[in-house]
Amino acid sequence: MTAKQHIALTVNGRRVEAEVEPRLLLADFLRGTLGLTGTHVGCEHGVCGACTILLDGVSARSCLTLAVQADGSSVETVESLGSPEMLSDLQLVFREHHALQCGFCTPGMLMTATDLLRTQPLATDEEIRDGLSGNLCRCTGYENIVRALRAAAARRETTTP
Amino acid sequence: MSEAATRPKHVGSAVRRVEDPRLLAGQGSYVADLFPADALHVAFRRSEHGHARIRGVDAAAAAALPGVIAVVTAAELDGLVRPVRATSRMANYQATATRPLAAGKVRYVGEPVVAVLAESRYIAEDGAELVEIDYDPLPDIADPEAAAQPDAPVLNPETSSNILVDRSFSRGEPEAAMAAAPHRVGGRFRFHRKAPIAMEPRACLATIERGRGALTLHSATQIPGIIRDALADALDLPGHALRVVAPDVGGGFGGKASLYAEEMVVAALARRHGRAIGWVADRMEDILSTSHGFDEIVDAELGFDADGRLLALRADILGDIGAASIYPWTAALEPVQVASFLPGPYRLASYRGHVRAVATSKAPTGPYRGVGRPISTFVMERLVDMAAHRLGLDPVELRRRNLIKAEEFPYKIGSGIIWDRSGFQECLESACATIDYAALRREQEVARAAGRWIGIGVASYAELTGIGSRISAAPGMPINTGTETADISIDSTGAVTAKFGVASHGQGLETTLTQIVADELGARLADIRIVQGDSAAVPHGTGTYASRSAVLAGGAATLSARVVRQKLVAAAAHLLEASEADIEVEEGRVRVAGTDRELTFREVARAVYSEMGRFPRDTRPDLSASETYDPYFGTTASATHIAMVEIDPGTFSVRVLRHVVAEDCGRLINPMIVDGQVHGGVAQGIGAALLEEVIYDERGQIVTANLVDYLVPTAAEIPSLEVAHVESELPATIGGYRGMGEGGTIGAPAAIANAVSDALAPLGIEIAELPVTPERLFRLIQAARTQI
Repeated sequence: MTAKQHIALTVNGRRVEAEVEPRLLLADFLRGTLGLTGTHVGCEHGVCGACTILLDGVSARSCLTLAVQADGSSVETVESLGSPEMLSDLQLVFREHHALQCGFCTPGMLMTATDLLRTQPLATDEEIRDGLSGNLCRCTGYENIVRALRAAAARRETTTP
Repeated sequence: MSEAATRPKHVGSAVRRVEDPRLLAGQGSYVADLFPADALHVAFRRSEHGHARIRGVDAAAAAALPGVIAVVTAAELDGLVRPVRATSRMANYQATATRPLAAGKVRYVGEPVVAVLAESRYIAEDGAELVEIDYDPLPDIADPEAAAQPDAPVLNPETSSNILVDRSFSRGEPEAAMAAAPHRVGGRFRFHRKAPIAMEPRACLATIERGRGALTLHSATQIPGIIRDALADALDLPGHALRVVAPDVGGGFGGKASLYAEEMVVAALARRHGRAIGWVADRMEDILSTSHGFDEIVDAELGFDADGRLLALRADILGDIGAASIYPWTAALEPVQVASFLPGPYRLASYRGHVRAVATSKAPTGPYRGVGRPISTFVMERLVDMAAHRLGLDPVELRRRNLIKAEEFPYKIGSGIIWDRSGFQECLESACATIDYAALRREQEVARAAGRWIGIGVASYAELTGIGSRISAAPGMPINTGTETADISIDSTGAVTAKFGVASHGQGLETTLTQIVADELGARLADIRIVQGDSAAVPHGTGTYASRSAVLAGGAATLSARVVRQKLVAAAAHLLEASEADIEVEEGRVRVAGTDRELTFREVARAVYSEMGRFPRDTRPDLSASETYDPYFGTTASATHIAMVEIDPGTFSVRVLRHVVAEDCGRLINPMIVDGQVHGGVAQGIGAALLEEVIYDERGQIVTANLVDYLVPTAAEIPSLEVAHVESELPATIGGYRGMGEGGTIGAPAAIANAVSDALAPLGIEIAELPVTPERLFRLIQAARTQI
């Protein structure tokens, strides 16, 4: 067993320090060590996107990232968006459009959507679908997720100067 | 009929889901989120062989690993947990057992052989890798046709052959009518094996109640009640010492609707060690060991006359059910449903269907969204289109002539299933109107003239939903799946709790059942809490599968809520000194009609339960009821799908351009949720038609055990989906609901197969095998061009 390593990072705006095994996945660190179980693990090989988080502001697979690789970084998870009592605009638009069913892919979808809305024009459905194509959903047929993102992109247009 | 049932307030509206805030905020409770810090983790060492004898297990290295608590083989579980057998009343059925761990031999790659118990999942997996299992390979039994031969080696020692089910259906004069038919079309159809791929891999966690020793198993399951009952026998525990809870469950689609070996192992080990023990599948073991779906070879022939009237249907079905019967559904579930539903929504006097379920060295098949009907619909709808081509008729016109008409219901089809009134014709017309079928055909002509491969496919189907106690959800299955109970009470604070035996795993049952209870009771949505997915909620319940929960739990909710409402009205009448007939209940208040004399639920409840002397001692009411609903037969849901596809002549990939569904699910409880169910079902149907295939090689090695090789559709492969609702005539179920959770997956593969065939009609290609991958299309097109 390799010796544990010290890491220090920011998670959802809070500074976190821990001693971790070098092989510990970031997803397991978030879920097991920090109790942030909103990040879900769906495939452990980087395909399904359920574990998507923002690493230094960019969407990343926490099942393909080691906790030690996040040393010195800033991590944002679904818990950073809003609470059940006070959902964020993006979460509200998902609810309004019924863009979730079982909810397992939803945290990853929300984090991918956060990244897409920050960086992509999302002017057409095709762009939205391409942007979402790294996140699998088995319940919704994507239709209502696309509609939610279309609405979120349109709202962004009207609210940003 | 109560006033509420005739003037619904919440039923029929797109009420926002109760489940959403917690799930959106990442505060859902899935099994893997519930592990206590001191829980032990199980990892399984699974078979790497399709068929082999276990000579020995060397656990020494694993057991010596720091952090490993125990290395467990089948022998060590003897006496702790008994095997469970999926029995059936069906003739010519051979039962097999579900064992916690493989004993003596392995029958498929991925079968659990050794369980390693350790302080963390990481260490448990390290330990599992260190286990040495010595195997003697046995003959390959991977090919279903070879396995069905009389001299084939037998996979399950407890059976005399690999044919676990052999059954025939016959009605009319199938042989004579077929011989006399002026026209016949037919062929060999193949629908390949699928994996359900719920986004949450299977998982379970057993905890032991301090002091009492009772066991609670949290499991990512659709059937907590069935698991509780099965494990109560297997572990020899009374129901009050064994509770099975399905918390938030990340999709199921049938894959979480059976008893699994891992649940038996985890429960038995938690009991032995007296502490929390759990297991979470990784994606590879989920694909290896969660029940697969479909996988049939169907030889079928359809006879018809020059007017396109369908006369006779004949089919021979070979279902590759994998290693064994799954509990409780048995090996009959999937292939027998193909035979049962093959005649479809059509007027057809003569039918003969013969079906065999054959065991092979692959993961057991079980329920997967649609069960049998995606295949029966694929085959029948292909035959109907082939008949239309033969006669030069439009496929819509041929369906119009043969779909059962309103005045012909109830209609008994060749397998004995009876369709109650459902909008077969109306769905066809609605789908055509929604997509503008005539304009679509003109568009296709223009595209074809420009050399593009564009096709339009139509598929109509009917399914039996909300099945009651008259028949089993799986043919011959000896357990009751035909009833559900709702236990509803208004407590001493005026809050409403409604408990059910169903188990939502994405369908939003907390929302739809809230809507029904609110309407029937006159309560506010926010006053109601739905408890479900917990075997302790009601004395008997099975779960959510087979498009049953809206019908059965919705019906039970209505019955119970009506009783509670009556009690509430009686109590309020006494308190307000009015006649019961003058009491109105609305929005959590009871009122004397036309006056301002009213009480809140809270005030009535306080008077009933807490304030002494408000009621005479012998008439003090309680505000609760527990009622059970049995729809007895069930009811028919139906739909027509129309798809438009384009084939890329360079890559041979198929792109779905349009997909319209017109469906009749009776009264809609929540149209937003119904649309979502249809969307998801269609996406799975598109996956089944174009992408998804579990492949085993001739040695029984699975070659698609990850999401790189097993292709689930992404947002980029699914078109914008359009849904139209037809409400032909409400069925006799309470509330007028029909089940609709599976239909999308039933209609889509057939519509796409017909569309691809239509696109390639100039080459004379008829699609007979799904998924129609680029490689298959390439081969078909090459062969057709060689012939021309």
